[in-house]
Amino acid sequence: MSLNLNTIISILFDGLAYAMFLFIVSVGLSVTMGLMGFVNLAHGAFAMAGGYLVLTLTRSWGVPFLPSLVIVFLVVGAVSVIFERTLYARLYRATELDQVLLTIGLAFMAIAGFTYFYGPSPQSIRLPSYLTGQIEGGFRSFPTYRVFIIAVGVVLIAALWYVFERTNIGAKIRAAVDNRRMAQSIGIDVDRLFTLTFGIGSGLAALGGGLAIQLVGLSPSFALIYLVFFLLVVAVGGLGSFKGTLVAALILGIFDTAGKYLYADAGGFFIYAIAMAILLIRPAGLYGRE
Amino acid sequence: MAVSDASLAPAHARAVTWLTTRHHWRWAEALPWLIAIAAYFVFPDRMTFGSQVLIMVLFALSLDLILGYAGIVTLGQAAFFGLGAYTVGLLSARLGYGEPISGLFAAAAVAAVAGFLSGLVLLRYRGLALLVLTLSTTILLQEVGNLFKDFTGGYDGIPGITIWPLFGVFDYDLYGHTNYIYCGVVLFVLFYVVRRIVYSPFGEALAGIRENVNRMHAIGSPVRWRLVIVYTIAAAISGVSGALFTQTNAYATLGVFDFDRSAGVMIILILGGTGRLYGAFAGGVIYMLLEDYLSKASPEFWQFGIGFVLVLVVLFARRGLFGLVEDFGGRLRKPKP
Repeated sequence: MSLNLNTIISILFDGLAYAMFLFIVSVGLSVTMGLMGFVNLAHGAFAMAGGYLVLTLTRSWGVPFLPSLVIVFLVVGAVSVIFERTLYARLYRATELDQVLLTIGLAFMAIAGFTYFYGPSPQSIRLPSYLTGQIEGGFRSFPTYRVFIIAVGVVLIAALWYVFERTNIGAKIRAAVDNRRMAQSIGIDVDRLFTLTFGIGSGLAALGGGLAIQLVGLSPSFALIYLVFFLLVVAVGGLGSFKGTLVAALILGIFDTAGKYLYADAGGFFIYAIAMAILLIRPAGLYGRE
Repeated sequence: MAVSDASLAPAHARAVTWLTTRHHWRWAEALPWLIAIAAYFVFPDRMTFGSQVLIMVLFALSLDLILGYAGIVTLGQAAFFGLGAYTVGLLSARLGYGEPISGLFAAAAVAAVAGFLSGLVLLRYRGLALLVLTLSTTILLQEVGNLFKDFTGGYDGIPGITIWPLFGVFDYDLYGHTNYIYCGVVLFVLFYVVRRIVYSPFGEALAGIRENVNRMHAIGSPVRWRLVIVYTIAAAISGVSGALFTQTNAYATLGVFDFDRSAGVMIILILGGTGRLYGAFAGGVIYMLLEDYLSKASPEFWQFGIGFVLVLVVLFARRGLFGLVEDFGGRLRKPKP
């Protein structure tokens, strides 16, 4: 495909929508990993659970699309807190290998469970009519659904930025990411903080998974395929860095889209190549601490 | 070394005996091999499956070197398995060369070169960066294979693999008897090599790196080179197991690079127990039997089961099956003063 202005705009627009999806899902993973150094390979499963829950809510229970997104945020967030308290909390001081194994086990169980109830084939939902059309943007039109994803992403970024940078709880999180022991010794309850961010992060992952069903698809393999992308975003951005996660999501989202537009056969080659190049130069990620 | 306190002398003597004889072959070590031989006669019609078990044991053994002994957590061991599988497959399908033994050497060489080069770069990293980098390397190889699918056959597999008879004499029978013996012999030879490595000073240095990397640096041990070397050796052995996979199945698809394979081999090792050589054997047999048995019921059942087992092992049996056996044995012995 030739590289004209229209193509460039398409790449940037689609890449932005994809980047918003990556950011919404990955930001919780980044903060929880930054807080506890916990390697959570089941994060993709929470996003997948959100997708399937939205599917059931809209298809079988007749709940409209937007409220169902709020419901999955709350439900998956609450369920993840149960997991965190009963399973994850036991392994905070365990080795990285133990954490990897536990969360791979949970991801496998989730994949098997959702395959059992929903079947292995990809699923799709019917979007509400106000999201299916096109929005005229002067000289060309843009699909409303992707505009909506970008809008949700921007709103969430603004809200999270405010919480992170301007509130007491955000200051506590940043302090704990910087230096957990110091934060604990001045009286910040890091364990409770972690439970809170874990719940919100998993809820956001579920919201992202539900929001982007028609963009990235939904099947049981989602939990592992996209997990790799989320890990890439977190690693490239730097653990626990809000800004890093955003920048990494934008870089990877836009470059991946560009790769697929311009050289379709290469598939996901670009996103891995670029992420590896960045990590080789900066092992702690773009905004991570060495 | 002199022992000042007389009461410590027996313990000291025991420790010395243990240290000087721990690399000796024990009678119990014949057991897995006897079981393997017995299986040949008891289940003559299951030898195709048996070969796959032996291949996975060999693959897990290679991971034990880096994970169990050197303590490197990687999610990309399937990269070397896949390179070995594709070396043999492409040699046969594209160059018409199907000699099995030299094929193993070629696979080992290709995987070793890849292991050496990637090890030089990747082993400087730890933690999340290392996990993501090893995982990405494997997927990158898969993507490259898919990019050149005219040459590799892509996800449909390499077409037209023919493996010549062993030594030009022993052809492959329908029941996989030849393959089973072939895999068994290769496994034994490489097991012997790994065993020698583990009990050598080099193996001791690896355990030192696993237990306390800072101290190894402090006493002047060339940590990074040792890691690169063991990573290369493990890659070569993984390559051989991948080559055996292609040879015994006469096919290979890009699925050999799947994350499931990297995770599966890690699960095998964890099930059996890391850093104890025979963990790979126990874990490999149990994993493959469970997979065979449960997958027939339904694939979801198998995946759920293995996930559940993994969670249980991490929470309650962190040292694997052998660890459980040891704990149980220790409890039985305890009543004696």
